[in-house]
Amino acid sequence: MLVDIQNLRIAFENRSSWFGAGRGVSLSLGAEKPGIVGERGPGKGLTGRALRKLLPANAAITADRLSFDGIDLLAASEKQMRQIRGKRAGFILQDPKYSLNPVMNIGRQVAEAWRAHKGGSKRQALEAAIHLLDQVKIRNPREVAASYPHEVSGGMGQRVMIAMMLAPDPELLIADEPTSALDATVQAEILRLIEELVSERNMGLILISHDLPLVSHFCDRVAVMYSGRVMEELKASELLNARHPYTKGLLNCMPSLTHPRDRLPVLNRDASWLTA
Amino acid sequence: MIDVENLRIRFGDREVVKGVSFSVKKGDSFGIVGESGSGKSTILRAMAGLNESWEGRIAFGGEPAALKRPPGFFRRVQMVFQDPYGSLHPRQTIDRILSELPLVHGMDNIDKRIVQALSDVALPQAARFRFPHQLSGGQRQRVAIARALIADPQVLLLDEPTSALDVSVQAEILNLLSDLREARNLTYILVSHNLAVIAHLCGQVGVMLNGEMVEQLSAQDLRAGKTSHAHTTELRMLSVGLEEPA
Repeated sequence: MLVDIQNLRIAFENRSSWFGAGRGVSLSLGAEKPGIVGERGPGKGLTGRALRKLLPANAAITADRLSFDGIDLLAASEKQMRQIRGKRAGFILQDPKYSLNPVMNIGRQVAEAWRAHKGGSKRQALEAAIHLLDQVKIRNPREVAASYPHEVSGGMGQRVMIAMMLAPDPELLIADEPTSALDATVQAEILRLIEELVSERNMGLILISHDLPLVSHFCDRVAVMYSGRVMEELKASELLNARHPYTKGLLNCMPSLTHPRDRLPVLNRDASWLTA
Repeated sequence: MIDVENLRIRFGDREVVKGVSFSVKKGDSFGIVGESGSGKSTILRAMAGLNESWEGRIAFGGEPAALKRPPGFFRRVQMVFQDPYGSLHPRQTIDRILSELPLVHGMDNIDKRIVQALSDVALPQAARFRFPHQLSGGQRQRVAIARALIADPQVLLLDEPTSALDVSVQAEILNLLSDLREARNLTYILVSHNLAVIAHLCGQVGVMLNGEMVEQLSAQDLRAGKTSHAHTTELRMLSVGLEEPA
């Protein structure tokens, strides 16, 4: 099993008290592609960050088990973590506008990522970078490599992020809202690209998103999170038969093109969900 | 109510809006969809008077809008922006944010107007003396809508008003917008890349591609799939495909 999370809890310390963010999240990634869905603030991004132990200093992680390919992450040293972060587990973030360096051209950024993991000369790295850009289906990789992030579109920027992440040949890919800053058409293209790369390279994929139907298209299992807890975990194909009112509410409150309604049902949050 | 004829907008030598025309009746809503870079927000900004380098004709209520808008224009036409995290001044209280426009226009009864505006968008009066960071994303977007409504406008220009929000909050804001339209007989122009949102709120939809409005159709036709341009068909297919859970 590539990733195994059992009963993960994340808590933040402020001046006087501890505030629990992730409360008992369990998730495992073997042959299946899991997805984590939820709205803003239920701790889905934190779960992804906990896997790389990239949480602020005032956060404490406890878990019955938190392992990556058999390595116990809770006990892992910073040196061991550096072997995992970026190298064995790649990360794609939400908005390429903020994750790319605005004053460095794209070729150099991708080359830098490649050199950090593989070494080699600058010229080799640049060639490798162009090859990587080609792999994410950028049609004119040389031209794109010479341009700066503000000169390319959002979809192109996200492709560049993916190319950087591919440099060390990671085994696991954590995609945290990889398409929410993009248009519908580009969204589908990027997700298709991720899916192709994942199956070509035999990588594991954890997709984190707020978009339930979207996740259900690209994942096998979906964990629905609300306020730091997993409300429901179900097969993507059984989403329509979701039992939890939160999952149903999320599906229901979206406007639909094919089923028009005068008013949209509003999600009523129930305090008892957090104690159940 | 709104007539746009042969609107052309260029930045430098690049023409980003290439002769767009449409008209909207009072109390109706017109939706503009398209990918990013297709020029949809640019049209809206030109209509709001935020961009003065356009050619063609933009008229509100039969009156052509001057390049430099007179102050009275902004009491009739107001805009709501995409990101409520960026469109509210972080160091001003909600009270200050809402009182800005009435002060500028020398309106009376500012206190009453603010109380009314907050209740119109279903915000608690307690929110009045909070700062934007103390409110949630949905509440902030309500403040942005309240700020637009305080001028008692006839037209609201909505630039992706829900795309920065969670789906459940999006539902609340969409309901609020349709209630307000009914109560005040407002005319909306809504820009979004989400076809489902557009079709929910608007009767008539224009599809943008590379600065041209390639098709105008009614929301019913869009729902039924009676599209004539290939780009509309493609957008619709993608939207329907991703809408249904697998």
